[in-house]
Amino acid sequence: MDSAAVQAHDASGHDQAGRAGEFNLVSANPKSVLTGAHFMDGDHAACEGALAAGANFAAGYPITPSTEVVERFAARAPLVGATFLQMEDELASSIAILGAAWGGAKSFTVTSGPGFSLMMEHIGLAAMTETPCVFVNVQRGGPSTGLPTLPGQGDMMQARWGSHGDYEIIALSPNSPQECFDLMIEAFNLSERFRTPVMFMMDESVGHMTEKVVIPPADQIKIFPRRFTALPPNEYLPFDANGDGVPEMVKAGDGYRIHVTGLTHDERGYPALNWRSQQKLVSRLVGKIRGHADEITHCNEYLMEDAEVVLIAYGITSRVALAAVQKARQEGIRAGLLRPVVVWPFPEKRIRELASKAKAFVVVEMNLGQMVNEVERCAAGTKTVLIPHAGGNVHAPEEILQVIREVTQ
Amino acid sequence: MSVSPAINPVEPFLRTERMPHIWCPGCGIGTTVNCFSRALVDSKLPLDKVAVVSGIGCTGRVAGYVKLDSFHTTHGRAIPFATGLKLANPSLNVVVYSGDGDLIAIGGNHFIHAARRNVDIKVICVNNFIYGMTGGQVAPTTPLGATATTSPYGCFEAPFNLPFLAESSGAVYVARWTAYHVRHIAHSMVEAFKKKGFAFIEILAPCPTLYQRRNKLGDGLETMRYYKQHSVIKNGASTRELKLDLKGEITVGKFVDIERPTLQDAMDQRYREVLKESYCGRGGA
Repeated sequence: MDSAAVQAHDASGHDQAGRAGEFNLVSANPKSVLTGAHFMDGDHAACEGALAAGANFAAGYPITPSTEVVERFAARAPLVGATFLQMEDELASSIAILGAAWGGAKSFTVTSGPGFSLMMEHIGLAAMTETPCVFVNVQRGGPSTGLPTLPGQGDMMQARWGSHGDYEIIALSPNSPQECFDLMIEAFNLSERFRTPVMFMMDESVGHMTEKVVIPPADQIKIFPRRFTALPPNEYLPFDANGDGVPEMVKAGDGYRIHVTGLTHDERGYPALNWRSQQKLVSRLVGKIRGHADEITHCNEYLMEDAEVVLIAYGITSRVALAAVQKARQEGIRAGLLRPVVVWPFPEKRIRELASKAKAFVVVEMNLGQMVNEVERCAAGTKTVLIPHAGGNVHAPEEILQVIREVTQ
Repeated sequence: MSVSPAINPVEPFLRTERMPHIWCPGCGIGTTVNCFSRALVDSKLPLDKVAVVSGIGCTGRVAGYVKLDSFHTTHGRAIPFATGLKLANPSLNVVVYSGDGDLIAIGGNHFIHAARRNVDIKVICVNNFIYGMTGGQVAPTTPLGATATTSPYGCFEAPFNLPFLAESSGAVYVARWTAYHVRHIAHSMVEAFKKKGFAFIEILAPCPTLYQRRNKLGDGLETMRYYKQHSVIKNGASTRELKLDLKGEITVGKFVDIERPTLQDAMDQRYREVLKESYCGRGGA
């Protein structure tokens, strides 16, 4: 199951630095970067990724299997000039990070299933107030208390639309401790680039798996800095999105006397409770993600050049799926794997392209059918088969291989 | 001869382009905002460094009217937002301005924990004994026997005594006034702004539309007269003795004014003690 052994093609076609387009990236602060090769689990790697990304505020509430992320942050914070506070619950954690963001911090919180449910209202507030921040969800089996110590991928639709109202979100899904580090930086960068909360959708297996994690020198880590306005207070409109739909930000205390509200608001940030303002604001909030889907979307493809059976899997499941693909190839079956690294927005353009060539899509996920509905929608009639799993342990490669054999017959 | 137009002294503190405000005639919230403006003048705080955080409800709309950095957050969560804001940007004077339902019912857990931690924020709670924004439902402050839309036969739950709750949770400054006591309110706010730590001011205020009317307590003016006649100033009174009834004496005053380390001070001190030179400080943002 060594994914590094198989050359991955980055289907987004550009590297992380390239994604920022015309924006100036800066190097990470060396003080926060633990450069070197480490043997580390995914939870700890996610914490190091956040620190490298410049996170200087975290608030959290203990919940298995995510707690190690904040335990490490609590230990590291005073050594690097960051602040950690364990809050009284997830409601408090998820809004303390928004307060911190408006105070000028780069902030995140960490949780799992039940805590993620409690955080939903503030994901909506962050989306509405365009507050950059990251929510880490180390998924476990659910619903409800479910399987606290065992993996699941049942929160994928909740990550997209779990808060009420209409919005679009960005979500990433790492499949190794190394990626918990690397993609956390990408998550923070995307949250700053688009001024949006970003969901970091780990799972228990990735969180508790220990592997080699290489942390590069700080000057090789590129950070998307907060887009602070250069306009003086009398010319600045806090929610006036120029050009690309993303307004520039200020922080409290800088003399701008901003008003920020979860109510539908106009460019000044003032409540504007009518359908026209709603149409304008919500269309922009949704549009700034959908309209930049090509820039945000990020897939890895394995053995896809001639694939007629396309497996689609994300997170830990993508590693088992890759093992099955390799076994299928040994049997002469032309199987490949498409792995969404950014799961929301969904890589629908790429799936539509593949739909015209592939014989079948096989979706492997640790739930009873969530992302498969998106695949099916884009597959436009191409056969789509789900290999479901309720969670608690990962699929066995053999059960996936069996389905690959069946669809090619 | 030219006559210069009269300027309301609170105007510089308000987003006048947002007037008229949503509050009903006779409502006490506007009165408290006047006091707040006066307190800002008297305290000489740099206004660019004052941030107001509100939750949801009638008082929750204060954040939208003050010409300061202001945040109108979710229901009940103004305090944890303010906690994050203050920790990330310690140079700010963070004021939480919200109602009794917001701070004490849905936000009650955050209230006691912020007081326990002694977060350096100032909490102004306008207590009108009712949920105003949603149309007059029973609150954890509604006096026994008072009628609300969701307690149509009279409230049968014991209300919270807010100064007692604040003190026992760890607040370092606790005062209560009514909307009649405008000078006292402003004075208390100035004291609270100067205080390091979790300061709490409860202001009893009329909701003539929903609470006073339904309970046959008269209009806003009559309520002010009632406050004047029935309030007794007892500075230093035991917060245990501050229970409020539907009708009866209202004890007001400053009850708690003590010193203890704030969350930030305690955090810094602990890290410095244990980590010595390795402690980087919390640079803020």
